[in-house]
Amino acid sequence: MSKVRGESLVDKVKSSYALVQRNYNLVRRDAGWELVFIVYEVVNVLTIGFIGVNGPKETMNERVLYLVAGALLWGFLSALFHEVAESVAWERWEGTIEYSFMAPQPRGVYMFGVCMWGILYGFVRTAICLAAVTLAFQISLAGANLWAALLTLAASSLAFLGMGLAAAVLPLISPEKGSPATHIFQAVVLLVSGVYYDVSVLPAWVRPLSYVSPATYTLRAARAALLEGAGVRALAPDLIILLALGVVLIPMGFAVFSAGERYAMRTGKLKRNG
Amino acid sequence: MTAAIECLHAHKSFREPADREDRANRRGGRGFAALRVLDLVAPRKVRVDAVKDVSFQVKKGEIFGILGPNGSGKSTLIRLIATLLTPDSGTVTVFGQDVVSDRLAVRRCINRVSVEAAFFKRLSALENLEYAARLYGLDAREGKRRAEDILERLGFLHKKMTVPLENLSRGMQQKVAIARALMTAPVALLLDEPTTGLDPVSKREVQDFVLEVRETHDTTVILTTHDMQEAERLCDRIAVIHGGEFVAMDTPESLKASFADERGRVPTLEEVFFRLTGSNVDDWMREQGE
Repeated sequence: MSKVRGESLVDKVKSSYALVQRNYNLVRRDAGWELVFIVYEVVNVLTIGFIGVNGPKETMNERVLYLVAGALLWGFLSALFHEVAESVAWERWEGTIEYSFMAPQPRGVYMFGVCMWGILYGFVRTAICLAAVTLAFQISLAGANLWAALLTLAASSLAFLGMGLAAAVLPLISPEKGSPATHIFQAVVLLVSGVYYDVSVLPAWVRPLSYVSPATYTLRAARAALLEGAGVRALAPDLIILLALGVVLIPMGFAVFSAGERYAMRTGKLKRNG
Repeated sequence: MTAAIECLHAHKSFREPADREDRANRRGGRGFAALRVLDLVAPRKVRVDAVKDVSFQVKKGEIFGILGPNGSGKSTLIRLIATLLTPDSGTVTVFGQDVVSDRLAVRRCINRVSVEAAFFKRLSALENLEYAARLYGLDAREGKRRAEDILERLGFLHKKMTVPLENLSRGMQQKVAIARALMTAPVALLLDEPTTGLDPVSKREVQDFVLEVRETHDTTVILTTHDMQEAERLCDRIAVIHGGEFVAMDTPESLKASFADERGRVPTLEEVFFRLTGSNVDDWMREQGE
């Protein structure tokens, strides 16, 4: 008989590591494509950064940093969201969803593994882009509060993981339309969150959406930390909102996903071909 | 004594898109052109019974076969036992644990090999098995060692274990699926057409291994198959399912004997199958082609 691990929290974390290792192996196997995606993302961030080079020279650093910070933060948050939200779509595509979901583990173990991978993957990609941008623009981060910016990123990760968990239900309940719907959701968040502009420029009827998007608070706080050197105390209101959103969105996302799974098991939508 | 696996009046239906014929019938036939407007209000989906009031018990260590044409409800029944579907009514238990209320406990007892080899095909056999070992709560090294042993026992070449599965034949992939299922040492094994697509030698190796697993681990096995010889060779009892219902259930010998003609000639299992499912060889060939 094989040794089956126990029920402790450490054992559960070890089991959820299966997802991290599997996705790492997939990335390694498709290293060529991964390189293409990273090059595309680096070029995309550089292109956006060059928009800021236009204009008065004395405020160029600030403009470039404003745009680049938006592009990098969005790169991280969207990678995080995408990896979590698309995890089910991937399993469907490969035909492994039934096998993975039949594992004798609470669903939280699976989703925790997906989230761990999302954070690691998003972080590595963003770090590569940041290195490229720093070299290209010679940006000065002398007055920036990097720790506060990192703390903002950590706080916002919770909210984005929660949104990703909720969005992952879409490919679960609708095999054909679910995955495109997650992309539409992601696009709307990009539009309303002030990634490349201040949300004050949005039409009045769109602006309320910016208040409920965690990305709005992430970008505002991170930019304050990077451009103005704002500390944790100054960022506290935004950080509290982000943490509160995370505390609400993670259990909500998990509950939505669990309800979706029950629906899929009742209607037979877990099956490979819908 | 508690049965290893028990289904009591299990029922499962699905809503499926109605075809033109169905919709025409529901609006009272296709004869009147004027009535075609009723297509607009005819339901676009109809309820289809995939499993109808199925009851059976499987004893510990028994190999129980389920034979049936395509679309007869075999895989739905396997999915109900595998906790991948919830029954609309009736109960399904595995070692006394209910598949709905004790889902995790059931999952600890079972594993399944499906007709499609469901893998991350860009990954190698070992990478897929390592993923499965970790996710199923095994020690990864121990799981890998067991999987390698099983693969070697099934005639899987060691040098192929690191090749992406997309570059291996379906037979090889199916052997990996079997190794993955047995790696967790399940006390109940659900085999959904496990040898479909395998060459005769591989088929024989898998069948021998299933018998060996039953002998050495007293594993309870439910096997769906289209292969009558396989069913006769492996199964202690066989149920024939047709249109979601069990139309017969007995040992292979008793099933055949019950269809002996007046001169005492005992038919083959294949002939019994055709009689029970109301199909003939031509229907059968057509269904397999669909």
